[in-house]
Amino acid sequence: MKRAALAALLVLLLGSVAHAERLIVSVSNHRVTVTPNYSGEELVLFGSVEKDATTPADRTAYDLVVTVMGPRADMVTRRKERTFGIWINTDYRQFLQVPSYLALFANRSFEIITSPEIARRQQIGLNNVLLTQRVSGDYADVVPNDAFRSAFIRLRTQRGLYREDASAVTFLTPTLFRTGIPLPAEVPIGTYEVEIKLFANGAFIGKTETAFEIVKVGFEQFVATTARQNGLIYGLVTAAMALMTGWMASIVFRKD
Amino acid sequence: MQLYLPIADLPVNVFLVLAMGAAVGFVSGMFGIGGGFLMTPLLIFIGITPAAAVASVASHIAASSFSGALTYWRRRAIDPALAGVLLCGGVTGTALGVWTFTQLRALGQLDLMIALSYVVLLTTVGSLMFSEGLRALMRTRRGTVPPRRTHNWIHGLPLKMRFKRSKIYLSVIPIVVVGIVIGFIGAVMGIGGGFILVPIMIYVLRVPTSTVIGTSMVLTLVTMLFATMLHAVTNHLVDAVLALILMVGGVTGAQFGARAGQKIRGEQLRLLLGLLILSVGVRFAVELVIRPEDLFTIRELGVSG
Repeated sequence: MKRAALAALLVLLLGSVAHAERLIVSVSNHRVTVTPNYSGEELVLFGSVEKDATTPADRTAYDLVVTVMGPRADMVTRRKERTFGIWINTDYRQFLQVPSYLALFANRSFEIITSPEIARRQQIGLNNVLLTQRVSGDYADVVPNDAFRSAFIRLRTQRGLYREDASAVTFLTPTLFRTGIPLPAEVPIGTYEVEIKLFANGAFIGKTETAFEIVKVGFEQFVATTARQNGLIYGLVTAAMALMTGWMASIVFRKD
Repeated sequence: MQLYLPIADLPVNVFLVLAMGAAVGFVSGMFGIGGGFLMTPLLIFIGITPAAAVASVASHIAASSFSGALTYWRRRAIDPALAGVLLCGGVTGTALGVWTFTQLRALGQLDLMIALSYVVLLTTVGSLMFSEGLRALMRTRRGTVPPRRTHNWIHGLPLKMRFKRSKIYLSVIPIVVVGIVIGFIGAVMGIGGGFILVPIMIYVLRVPTSTVIGTSMVLTLVTMLFATMLHAVTNHLVDAVLALILMVGGVTGAQFGARAGQKIRGEQLRLLLGLLILSVGVRFAVELVIRPEDLFTIRELGVSG
């Protein structure tokens, strides 16, 4: 018993040696509210790298990779092909529980920060993030240059929902950093996970997590919940609204 | 001015949507059609998902056809008996269409089916109307009297009924069949079907032009109210805010459209409508034939969590 406790303590100590730095982060707003005049927003993530006694003295420069992941959803990517002279959807791939919003920020390019091997393991860069596909009954991610995968990332990037920026993180002092998290206007509603990974001399030395949520409030919230929970009443009210609008217009524009 | 849509989940420019509603409303008031086949592609173009667009457009069409119908009612340009018989078929057709829609979706390739039926329907109806309008216009230019309307086999069917306001004596069978067909097409393709109904009523049923538009609006109104309810209950995708902006624009446009429509002569009106329908049909056809800018598309299957 005593020996087991000692072993546990040893493991704990060794573990803390491996994680000699502590990351302290905060997002400027943990609850983004969507109001009628919402048209996108930019959050700011602040943080600092706290060293302790066990930090090797030669470790002065750090690298950071920030990953922001929106609520997950299933998505289908379809490919059109020419059949009998017309372009129709012939092939498709289903992406399972992939982030609806995905942003990867770093202070310098991912290749300089770490080795391809570690980048793959830590999912650094859009090419390395795990995007599970259903491929004929199997669940797996495919090679980064797969046509469906790259088309998926390209289309999401075009809409501003997937982004990769290797110069977004700025170090204000060698240990104090900040980065902006741009949220486009058509941002998905839900909980967003933020992962901050710390690297030094190419090695992964620790990470921390935080989160923020995007919520509808007030009128938007009311409409969305009513539509979902009381479909019949919602439909009746919408239909009545249509009739009212039509009737009022015919009164307003009545000539005789 | 930007406004966030609670169901479609994106901000839109209010004035842009108002203008779109007014433009489509003008066209719908002028020709007595719902305008869904114009509105839905426009909404998709500004970034609203097809499902939410189709669902919200239904209530917009209901509003503008109601305001139009009221105007026509005051002018005594609606035949209530004819509308009633059409509706019997229309409701049956809509229910059948919704059922077929579900079956087709299970089979896949629904998008292609819809695109193909758009092309076939719009180009056929459009070119028929356009050529007929052109012929009628030439006749009036030359000053010749149009040939007398001859009775066809449809007028030999039993179960005849007298429609006083339209001044026709016609069997109810073809009217119910037309109602079923329109209701069915409307539910499957997500359109009001007015642009098919109007020519059928004029050329096949020989309903006088004076009551055609008003009566077809009544059918559009009821089927679209039905569709709004159906979409709200099954898909929860009707965006009331979007619908309201579209409605306000739409009913205003429809009033001016209805007035403009009264000033234009019948054959010119048919020529214009034929041209409009034909061009939308050709646009859909071109989209199918031309190599798309992007071969890939993404569709979200619903956010969880």
